Formats: sequence, structure tokens, C-alpha cells
Amino acid sequence: MFENIGEMLVLFWRTLMALPMAWRQRQKIFENFFEIGNGSLLMVCVLAFFIGGETALQTGPFLAEKSFGGYLGGIVGYSVCRELAPILMAILIAGRSGSAMAAEIGSMRVYQEIDALRTMNINPIQYLILPRMVAIAVALPLLVLFAILVGWVGGGIVSAANNRIDIPIQAFFKNLSEIVKFRDVGNGLFKSFCFALIIGVVSCHQGLVTIGGPRGIGRSVTKAVVNSIVLIIVFDYILTRVLLK
Amino acid sequence: MNGDNSNRNGVGVEVRGLKKRFNEQEVLKGLDFKVEPGEIFVIMGPSGSGKSVLLKQVIGLDLPDEGEILVAGESVQSPDVMDKYRIAMVFQSGALLNSLTVGENVGLYLSEHRLKKPDEIARIVAQNLELVGLKGTEEKMPSELSGGMKKRVAIARALVVEPQLILYDEPTSELDPVSAMVIGEEILKLNQRTQVTSIVVTHDRDLAFGVADRIAVIIEGNIVAIGTPDEVKAKQDPLVQKFLHADIKRQTKV
Repeated sequence: MFENIGEMLVLFWRTLMALPMAWRQRQKIFENFFEIGNGSLLMVCVLAFFIGGETALQTGPFLAEKSFGGYLGGIVGYSVCRELAPILMAILIAGRSGSAMAAEIGSMRVYQEIDALRTMNINPIQYLILPRMVAIAVALPLLVLFAILVGWVGGGIVSAANNRIDIPIQAFFKNLSEIVKFRDVGNGLFKSFCFALIIGVVSCHQGLVTIGGPRGIGRSVTKAVVNSIVLIIVFDYILTRVLLK
Repeated sequence: MNGDNSNRNGVGVEVRGLKKRFNEQEVLKGLDFKVEPGEIFVIMGPSGSGKSVLLKQVIGLDLPDEGEILVAGESVQSPDVMDKYRIAMVFQSGALLNSLTVGENVGLYLSEHRLKKPDEIARIVAQNLELVGLKGTEEKMPSELSGGMKKRVAIARALVVEPQLILYDEPTSELDPVSAMVIGEEILKLNQRTQVTSIVVTHDRDLAFGVADRIAVIIEGNIVAIGTPDEVKAKQDPLVQKFLHADIKRQTKV
């Protein structure tokens, strides 16, 4: 994995340099945005609801037993927005959209479509990479914002419905609003933006370096997902350290 | 490729001492040849002899280990050659973008470089598809086309560039004899109409001798024969003769 980090940084830099061309590629950006955002919405909704619910279920009975039940809203709200929603949505999108990016670009590479673009003097970075990178960088934070809200609702419903916790939904959200600040949500969104760039760069890079036939494409897809997840978890730690200061 | 239509004539290509190696295998062993402007130059050779590798070097998709390639006297590796001269390539597989329709594929060069307005692009696309006998296929997807049709769409896509140099990589591979003949005729018609320089890589002897002004035979990374079709046929080199006359001889059952 590490042998490709230099190439990925170069790809990221070239994509940044191509950013002024983003307006010209707006149609493709919108198509990719729709594919990543709208295509994942239902899955994000289900996942986020149960993440919030499970966090409440795991911590709620213990806190209630120790008479700290009133803090459950804050604990669920804080952990969902700062950690759980960004990282789990990033892993979901790496599996869903990162794999699709690697497969699509990889198949274009194998079947010489990228060479054909180059012979027409069309820059593959501008035509293929830029729209995907911009789309995922916008879509993932929005999905995470949505996931945070749904996760909180999930936590609130479970807290109220579970008789071992038994915290009214109003009390849950009152405590949540006292503890969770806008800055915490902002931190989660910033993390998800960084994760989006990781997924985009890793997946597009794997697509571009694909060799061989269908087996090569399969290998690239696997590498794109696995490498993205590993880097997301490593960067999550680094970002958490930085953002905690 | 800047869309400047002022020069419709072909450009010359010169290959000097071209060498290419992949790991331990030397694929091209120092090739030297010249293609005159407006000429149809066919590069023949058995599979794996380095023909397609050579073509990739000519269009700058790959870099040689040694030697140089000049287009109209300028190195193909210099950054502005692709902007200055219109060079197009028809890939062996067609290399159509599968996510785009036929019309979008053919008009891609014009639309991406914003050279024409959409209605004008549509007109040019229709015109070029008609030229290759595929009128009215604009809305089809590449997956709906046969192998021969894909190659003709790829030729139409190359024509939109109004090329001064066009490279064909195995244009008749995987095609039936009739479709192969149609492709051969397209190559000839295009050359006669626009005086474009054409470099055709093939192991199809019928196509090679049917369209070529000159032929080079590459075997194991070396040019073993070069000249007009008659000169190549007359060449007594056993490797050339073996390649030109290779036929399956069925053993008679006793």
C-alpha cells in the first residue's frame, strides 16, 4: 500500500491544480454527486438510525443504573457526531462508491478508453478524476450531516422506548443540546471531508493503475476498499488528536 | 490537436533508432523508418512482434527507452506536438467510452474542447457517422454494436479530429472478411479524400496489400523488410516469406 502513497499524492496535487476546470465539468460532477448521495441515502438512513440506537442501548442501562441517565443524550450525541457517523459513513461510502470508482476507471484503463481520451488531448484528470473527487468531497459531509441527525433520533427513540433506560425523548435532546456544540458537528463534518478525499484519491488511483483483464479490475477494487478503510482509520486517529486540542 | 482546420494534408513521421524493453524482453530493437506525408504505411508482423508498442510510441502514449520519433520534424515527446498537429488513433478494441452514446463518443473531442456549438457538433457527428455507413446510430450505446460497427464508430470519432496523422491498431482483427473489407475501403477513402498520413498496424495480409503504399514487416522487434507491396512480396528473406505465406495445410487422412 505504502509504495503508492507518492503516486496518490501526485494525483491529489494534479486534481487540485485542475480545480479551476470544475465548472466546465459540472454536469459530470452532478451525475457523480447524485450517484454517491442519492444512491446511498437509504442505506445511510438505516445505518445511522441503528448506530444511534445501539450507542444508546449499550450505554443507557449502565448510566441509568448509576443514576447518570440524564447524560445519555450528550454521550450519544457527542459520540455520533464526532466519531461514529463520520467513520462509519466513510467506510460505507468506501465500500459502495469507492469500489465503483475503482471499477469504472479500472475498466476504462484496461479497455484503453483512457488512452483514447489522451489521444484526443482530453486530460483524464479533468475528465474522470476531478468530477468524482469534487462529488465525493461534497456528498460525504452532507451524508454525514444527515446521518448525525438520524443517529440522534435513533438514540432518542431507543432511550425512550427501552424500559431499562426509560429517558423521555425531550430530556434526551435537552441534554444533547447542552453538551453537543456546533463545533463538534463541524469537527465531524471536517473529518468526513478528509475521509472523502482519501476515498476519492485511493479509489481513482487504484483505477488508474489497473493492469490485466477482469481479474486486474477485481484486484483494484479490493485494494481501493481495503486501503481506503485502513487510511480512514489511521487518519481518524490523527484528526481526532489534532481536533481535540 | 487544436481544431485548426487550415491544414488538411498529412504530416510526415520519422522513427530513429527506436528501442523499447519490458523487463528482460527487448520488444523493439532499434527501428528506423520514415513515413511520407499522405502515405498509407502498413506495419505488418506476427502477434507479439512489437507493432502495437510501436504505435503507442508514435502517439506518445508510451515513451521509448532509446531513439526518437519525429512528427513533421518535431519530437513527439515535446509538449506542444499534440496541440500543434491533429493526430488520431483507432484502437484495436475501438476503445469507445462505454458510458457514452455513439453520438457522444464521436463528438467527444469537439464537445470537451468546446470547439463547436452543440447543434453544430450534432451535425458533424451525423455527417461522420454517415461517412462510415452508420447513419442514425447516434443514440445507441456501444454495447449494442457489433465489433465491426464499434471500429467504424472509432474511425468516425477519429475523423472528427480532421487528423493529419491517423494510426490504426489492428483495424480488422476479430472481423469477418466483409467487415474487414469495409474497414479497408474506409481507410483508402479517407486517405484519398483528405491526404491524411495513415499508419496501419496489422497482421491481416489482405488488408496490408490492399491499402498500403508501403509496407514494413517487423519480426522479433526488427524491420526485416520495407518497401512497396511488390517489393516486400519479392523479398527473399525466409522470415518474410514464412510470414507472408503462412497457411494451414490440412493433413490428408490415409
